[in-house]
Amino acid sequence: MKKKLLILPVILYSIFLIICPLIYILILSFLKSDSYGGVIFTLTLENYKELFDFVYIKIFLKSFVIALVTTLFSILISYPFCIFLSSKKKIVKDIIMTLVIIPFLTNSLIRTYGVIILLRKEGIINNILMSLNIINNPLKLMYNNFGIIMGMTYTLLPFMILPLFASVDKIDKNLYSAASDLGANKLKIFKEIILPLSIPGLFNGSLMVFIPCIGFFFIADLLGGGKLMLLGNLIKNQFLTARNWPFGASISIVLIIVTFILVSIYKKLGGKMEDLGGM
Amino acid sequence: MKKIKNIYIFLVLLFLYLPILVLVFFSFNTSKLNIIFSGFTFKWYKELFMNIDLLEAFRNTLIVSITSTIISTVIGTISAIGLKKFDFKGKKIINEILYIPIVIPEIVLGIALLSIFTLTKIELGFFTLILSHISFSIPFVIISVKGILESINPNLELSCADLGANSWQTFFYITLPMLMPGIKSGAMLAFTLSLDDVIISYFTAGPHSNTLPLKIYSMIKGGISPDVNALTTLMLLVTCFILFISTYIQIKNMKTGSDTYE
Repeated sequence: MKKKLLILPVILYSIFLIICPLIYILILSFLKSDSYGGVIFTLTLENYKELFDFVYIKIFLKSFVIALVTTLFSILISYPFCIFLSSKKKIVKDIIMTLVIIPFLTNSLIRTYGVIILLRKEGIINNILMSLNIINNPLKLMYNNFGIIMGMTYTLLPFMILPLFASVDKIDKNLYSAASDLGANKLKIFKEIILPLSIPGLFNGSLMVFIPCIGFFFIADLLGGGKLMLLGNLIKNQFLTARNWPFGASISIVLIIVTFILVSIYKKLGGKMEDLGGM
Repeated sequence: MKKIKNIYIFLVLLFLYLPILVLVFFSFNTSKLNIIFSGFTFKWYKELFMNIDLLEAFRNTLIVSITSTIISTVIGTISAIGLKKFDFKGKKIINEILYIPIVIPEIVLGIALLSIFTLTKIELGFFTLILSHISFSIPFVIISVKGILESINPNLELSCADLGANSWQTFFYITLPMLMPGIKSGAMLAFTLSLDDVIISYFTAGPHSNTLPLKIYSMIKGGISPDVNALTTLMLLVTCFILFISTYIQIKNMKTGSDTYE
């Protein structure tokens, strides 16, 4: 077999479908847009300066806070789940982890739609609470930050559980009994053993939750009711509605930089690239 | 304590399944409002099969997913072998580049592809849709196949060559069969990713090639209606079916002794 033929496809693919588009975005971010939605080929830093406008800084901050809260929620839900599950028999673990993966493989829009049916004003949760006379007026569970965070946490939770469980399950269970024999309580066992030993999985999961969170425009669209803009929506609007591609490109470049910083921290902490991606 | 543990595990699973179960449940509801169950019906499923737009979107999705899965599986497999066997300048960089589509937010890849298609004046449609699905699927196939490649004993291929097989024979009789589990799970992953994709398709589909997720998106935006429930129930069945097959393949592989379970 000709050696070159085997590596040619991957080289062509990397160049034309990954590198070229990304470099073009970088170039685009330094260009000007004309009033017809086209691009003028003159170099400018205008797009990056515009990012420092208060309106956009607010959107940045809000997106990061929502992504952060979602990540924290996912960690809080996943840690006990993974620790409890790791003490089960192998067959139980396998079955439960398969059950965790099934929603992860179903369409994320479909799941968001399910969340809408539960959360909306005349939705299931409000209905149950009202018929039990716990509340008199329906709670506002969506079209606000709460709705977006619930939707994001729900959609991305498996991305946290999978790597975290892989890490927690690897810990030698004898360490727990040794620690408790030496007088450590549950909290201490978590702090001194589980937490340090599951850092790679924890950071892997956090990365896989935090990063998509920033880009999931459809969840913010559907559960935030279109009023609440996040970075993903902002980029989408610049490309499809406002048609200011250079500005949209500059926001994307910032996102890419944030991603690279997070990934290099992950690598510094001893994480492996091939573990990313959930599967 | 054990009880609390079990209850907690159950509650997390409930959290993951409740929205899905609610959808399925109300797809059989006679009332148009997803509020109270007023009676059992298949009406929404019937309506679904008469919705020409939707059927067309479904057809488009199948075309795009199947084509992009086949192409990215072939390219991904060849690439994994090439990257494993041959050293060349820039191999390390290529290996790093392959992780870009996996880690960067999908929306960035979506607009980057849209921009480059516009720059090169490629008209948005099936072609660009398939191309962009290939671009996010290939890395997953490569990683999946590479995982298996690491575990193959190179002496097997060498001894095959010693016994007089040419490199094609070695490839088709030794390497390919051993790679099969990785290729299958890579293809399965590429297919589900493609079937599910909303964000990248949103930018690269163009006006005349609506896929099912895009159609669902506009349907949900337009308001809640039970035919969406029926549709999503059917899609869930398809996903479960795919998962069932892939689990079946994995179990079969485990029984035949190859340790390729991921």
